[in-house]
Amino acid sequence: MAIASQQSTERTRPREEFVENPYLPYPVRIDDITVESEDRNLKTFKFIFINKDDEAQFVYRAGQFAELSIAGVGEIPIGIASSPVEKGFIKFTINKAGVVTSHLHNMQVGDVMGVRGPLGNWYPWDLLEGKNVLIVGGGFAFTTLRSSIIYMLDPANRDKFKNITVVYGARSPNMLLYRDELIEWEKRDDINMHITVDGTDDPDWKYNVGFVPPITEQKAPEGDVDSYAIVCGPPVMIKFTQPVLEKLGYDHDHIILSLENRMKCGIGMCGRCGIGRELVCKDGPVFTLSQVNQTPREY
Amino acid sequence: MKVIKIDKSQWSQGLEKLRNSFRLFGPVKEKAFHNFQELAAGQAPELDYQNTRLSPKSLVFPQSELMFNYSLDKEDPECNILKEAEKDYGDRAIIGIRPCDAKALSLVKMNFNNDQYEDPYWLNLYNATTFVGLACDAPCSTCFCTTAGCGPYHEEGLDVLLAEREDHFIAKVLTDKGVRLLESAGWPQASDDEAALEKAKAVAEEKIVAKIETDSLAAADTMALHSADFWEDISFACINCGTCTFSCPTCWCFDIQDEVYRKKGVRMRNWDSCMFPIFTVHTTGHNPRDTKLARVRQRFMHKLKYFVDKYEKGIMCVGCGRCVRQCPVNIDIRKVSALMNSLGSEAKCAVQGS
Repeated sequence: MAIASQQSTERTRPREEFVENPYLPYPVRIDDITVESEDRNLKTFKFIFINKDDEAQFVYRAGQFAELSIAGVGEIPIGIASSPVEKGFIKFTINKAGVVTSHLHNMQVGDVMGVRGPLGNWYPWDLLEGKNVLIVGGGFAFTTLRSSIIYMLDPANRDKFKNITVVYGARSPNMLLYRDELIEWEKRDDINMHITVDGTDDPDWKYNVGFVPPITEQKAPEGDVDSYAIVCGPPVMIKFTQPVLEKLGYDHDHIILSLENRMKCGIGMCGRCGIGRELVCKDGPVFTLSQVNQTPREY
Repeated sequence: MKVIKIDKSQWSQGLEKLRNSFRLFGPVKEKAFHNFQELAAGQAPELDYQNTRLSPKSLVFPQSELMFNYSLDKEDPECNILKEAEKDYGDRAIIGIRPCDAKALSLVKMNFNNDQYEDPYWLNLYNATTFVGLACDAPCSTCFCTTAGCGPYHEEGLDVLLAEREDHFIAKVLTDKGVRLLESAGWPQASDDEAALEKAKAVAEEKIVAKIETDSLAAADTMALHSADFWEDISFACINCGTCTFSCPTCWCFDIQDEVYRKKGVRMRNWDSCMFPIFTVHTTGHNPRDTKLARVRQRFMHKLKYFVDKYEKGIMCVGCGRCVRQCPVNIDIRKVSALMNSLGSEAKCAVQGS
C-alpha cells in the first residue's frame, strides 16, 4: 500500500510543478446520435463526460466552440450546440465534410473519443442584456444560435432580454436543424420565429419560402441603439444579409458575426487562423462587423 | 550583475562538471555548417562560427514533437484515450547561443505564454534551459540586429553572456540561473572589467552596418498596408519554399497530426509554414490565403505589423539575416520593411499636414 501510494506521488508530482496541458482532451462517450437532415450529412452527437470532474471544468457560454478529438484521426473545431443551461451533456451538430467529420459520422453510440475546450469567446451576453436580439441563421450554421436561443429562453434568463426575433432558413424543410424545437419556439409568444426555406413542394408548408436576406428584410425589426443582430451562415448569406441589416438601421458595431477558419490548436498558439493581429480561435470566433471591417478579410 | 573571467585552460573541465547538473547543447560543425546539437561527454561547443544556418529554436521547439500516446486496441480499457507523452524537463544548458537567437526566443515566448493559455511543451523546455550566450565580435554582412531591437552583445533572454578573447572568456552573469550554472561549473570566479566589455560592445555594434527601417510601422494603417500595391512586386519571385520560416528564429507556426501504427498511435506537432497553401485551406476547398501574394504578405505583415501592434515590443525579427542569406530568390525583409515603413511615414505626414 505504502509503495503504491509512493509510486503514484512520484508519477504525479512533476506534472503539478509544470504547466497544465491545454492540448489534452477530456475523454467523452457518445451517448446519442441524431440524424438532422434528409441528406444524412448532418448529425447531432450528444457526449457524456467519462470523468464527472471534467464536466465541472467544462464551463461554457453560448457562442463558444470546442475541438472534437478522435485518437488516430485528428481534431476538428466545432461550435457547441448545447446550451449552458442544459446540464449533464454537451452536443455538437456535425456536417460530414472532411477526414475527422467523416470518421465521426461512422462512429456509434458508446464509442469513446475526446473533447477539448471550451474555446474562443462567446456572444457578448453582458452587452446583450436589456436589448432586443435579432438572430439570423442559415443552413447548418445554426448550432451556436440554438445554444443562444435555449439560453435566452431559459426561465432564469428570459427577462434579461427584450424582444427576441429569429430568422432561420435552409434549402428545404428537411434540411432545417432542430425541427422539433423550431416548431415549439414558433408556438411561443416570447420569441418571434421566422422559419424559411429556399424552396419546397410540400403543400402543407406553413412557414416562409425565400432566401434568408429578403425574409430578414420583410420580417426583422428595425435596428436602434437597443438592438443587436447575431448573424451566422454561409458566406453568401452573410454577404447579402449585411446590406439588409444596414438598411434596417443596425450599426456595424451592433452586427455580431461568428467567423470560421482552419484551426489546429484552438488556443492561439499554432498561428494559422490569424486575420490580421486577431486569431479567430482565441480572440474570436465572435467579432462585430466593425471589428471585421478593420481586419484583412482572410477567413 | 558581476563580470568574471574564465581562463580557457579551465573551460573544458568546467563543462564536464556542468554535466552533473545539466544536459549540454551547443554549436557543432556538421559538414559545411555549424548546427546546435546535444554535446556528448567530452565534446565541447565549437564556438568558431558566425551564426548557424538553422536557428537553435528547435532546442525548445523541436521540429517534430510527441504530444500524446494512445491505444487503439479495443481490448484495452484505455482505448482511444490520449495519455501525455513522457518528457524530460530536467535542467539543460545551451552554451554559445547568439544574442539574436536568445532574444528571438523571448519574443516567441509571448506567443506560447499568451493572455489565456500556456503552452506546456514550449514553456517547460524553455524554463528548464539555461542560456549561455556568445557575443558577436565578427558579424555577418547580412546582420542587422542593431536596428531590429537587438545587438551583438544584447542580453535579453540570456542567463550568461560570454565574450571570447584569445586565452579567456569574459562572462557577464545576468540571472540567478546564470549564477547557478557558473557555480556548477566551478570555474574560478576572478572578476573582470565591465568597462572593457562595454567598450567591446560598442566596437561590435559599430560593425553592424546593415539596417532595417521600422520607425513608422506602428503608425501605419493596417488595411492600407494590406492593400498596398508593392506586394505584387515583392512576392513575384517567391516560390513558397518555406526556407525563410524554417530558418527564422522567430517563426513558430505548427501543425498537429495523428500517426498510427497497428494498434498504437501518437499525436504530434510539427513545424508548419504560412508559405504553404494547405496551411489555411478550409475543408470546403475555400482558402483565405489562396495566392502566394497573400501568403508572402502574411509573413511580412505578421512580423512587421500585426506583431508590432499586438505586443508593442517592436518587430518579430531580431536581424539575424538568415532569411536574407538563404532565400533562393533574394527576397529581403529589409527592403520589404522599407516599403512598408515609407507607407507608414506617408500616413504620418498626412496626419501632421492636415
